[in-house]
Amino acid sequence: MQITALGDSALIVRVRDQFEDAPEETLNEVFRAFQLLRDAGIPGVIDLAPAYTSVAIFFDPMVVAKVSGKPGELFDWLTEQVRKIVTAGAHRGRRVRSTRTVARPVEIPVCYDPGFALDIGRVAEQAQISTSEVVDLHSRSEYRVACIGFVPGFTFLAGLPKNLATPRRDVPRKEIPAGSVGIGGAQTGIYPLRSPGGWNLIGRTPLQLFDPIKDPPTLLCPGDRVRFRAISREQFAAFAEGSQNDN
Amino acid sequence: MNAVVTQAGFLTSVQDLGRTGFRQFGVSTSGALDPFALRVANVLVGNDESAGGLEITVGGLQLRFGDERIVAWCGGEFDVQIGSRVLPAGHVAHLQRGKELKFVRAQIGCRCWLAISGGIDVPVVLGSRSTDLRANFGGFEGRALRDNDVLPLRTWPGSPPPATGISSWTAPHDWASRASRHPNLRFIRGVDWSRFDDVTIQRFTQHEFSVSPDSDRMGVRLDGPELKRQDKTDLISEAVAPGTIQVPPSGKPILLLGDCQTIGGYPKIAHVITVDLGIAAQLRAGDGVRFSEVTLQDAHRLLMERERDLERFRIGLSLQRA
Repeated sequence: MQITALGDSALIVRVRDQFEDAPEETLNEVFRAFQLLRDAGIPGVIDLAPAYTSVAIFFDPMVVAKVSGKPGELFDWLTEQVRKIVTAGAHRGRRVRSTRTVARPVEIPVCYDPGFALDIGRVAEQAQISTSEVVDLHSRSEYRVACIGFVPGFTFLAGLPKNLATPRRDVPRKEIPAGSVGIGGAQTGIYPLRSPGGWNLIGRTPLQLFDPIKDPPTLLCPGDRVRFRAISREQFAAFAEGSQNDN
Repeated sequence: MNAVVTQAGFLTSVQDLGRTGFRQFGVSTSGALDPFALRVANVLVGNDESAGGLEITVGGLQLRFGDERIVAWCGGEFDVQIGSRVLPAGHVAHLQRGKELKFVRAQIGCRCWLAISGGIDVPVVLGSRSTDLRANFGGFEGRALRDNDVLPLRTWPGSPPPATGISSWTAPHDWASRASRHPNLRFIRGVDWSRFDDVTIQRFTQHEFSVSPDSDRMGVRLDGPELKRQDKTDLISEAVAPGTIQVPPSGKPILLLGDCQTIGGYPKIAHVITVDLGIAAQLRAGDGVRFSEVTLQDAHRLLMERERDLERFRIGLSLQRA
């Protein structure tokens, strides 16, 4: 575990150096550290941000200075607390498995219709398979939310079958519709909001991924296990209409 | 009660001290790019420090008040008028019903923050009244203000002040107005400092960088000597924060501000310290900026000194009002 200052009001706890060689175990460790830190409620800690191999901790230096009683060494004090919490939890986890991360399974309906899948041909060409095989492969795999970022609710999913990996588009699109499912390098993800973006679009979900008035504001949370279920254009329309009626 | 936006200006938005606690969902801080300036302005008008105010970019805002209000602003060097009178930064003005407040334009710097007694009464979304201009939620209908918008204001809990007009006393000058065309920003070493060689570090700390026109609330884009990394390995994305200076492959650094993404994959060469973020928030195209290193302990000490001074100022102000 490596702890580095991210400015004077945040720090990064790197749980591992690498991600690609063991994504599943790395994410388990990251989310265990995340949960332990969240449950510990260190005074002055105001936000936590897990991502791939790390958990960032945002803090109010004034509060930490007060609580630590050592205003001049508040960073060292905080680092020590973090180490204690994460390592103690790791030992406990190994012994009784009580803190094992429970990953929530979520199914996301996706319409892979050519009208939505603007770049599926590029992905198929890259993988040297047919577009229907791309759909099969993409919707048969299980993914894990490695982190959420870029815009609120944008999910970076780990677990894309290796041959579907496709480089980002050279020229990003200025506007991508909300719900678009894309492939960017070795990752797949969903655009929650209309936004610019450079990923290869292969489908669209009718679900709303980000809603600021809900708690939590995102449909998917870091660590969730995700599966895509292929739906038809008609089912997509019915879904979209149904969710409109909910409002 | 309310204020009518007779002219919205270049870019005006409702902001408070920002959104925290939702980074795991990818939600940015947003908020006043100089939270300290908004705090000072709020303290001046007798508000809670975290009350919602307005962030005014470049200028052009004109407001007409539906009832009596106290206002104060802090930030860049703006020309602000109440009728034919000038309202300087850090002063307090008592406005009668129907009066107009006008932000003409910034001479130096590009942003300022206006506090109105009572605060702006927009709904709290994800713990904040700030507008997220990238994701379009929070603030006033999730967007920048437009001409003829009607801003709801909260009733001011305090008693109406005895004096009218513009106060003769003021907030300390370096709080009220922090803009400079050639500022120096203090930084602590970045998470990826050691990925840069001596030549690059020397370039970063000894040259002036000029602010590029495509800067916005997400970040200040800088032009200057190319900053190059030693290694070529792809970095794993991790958290970034307002103040982080990241170096994309182009070699042109970006200093992140309040609307920045929650995570990033570019190496982080440095982090501007919290007390200097307000200076960074004033940078506009053509300005020159230099960077100088301080220790993490110094960054914390400077922050604590400023907080202590603000606390004294607040106590002094409440004694004066009593």
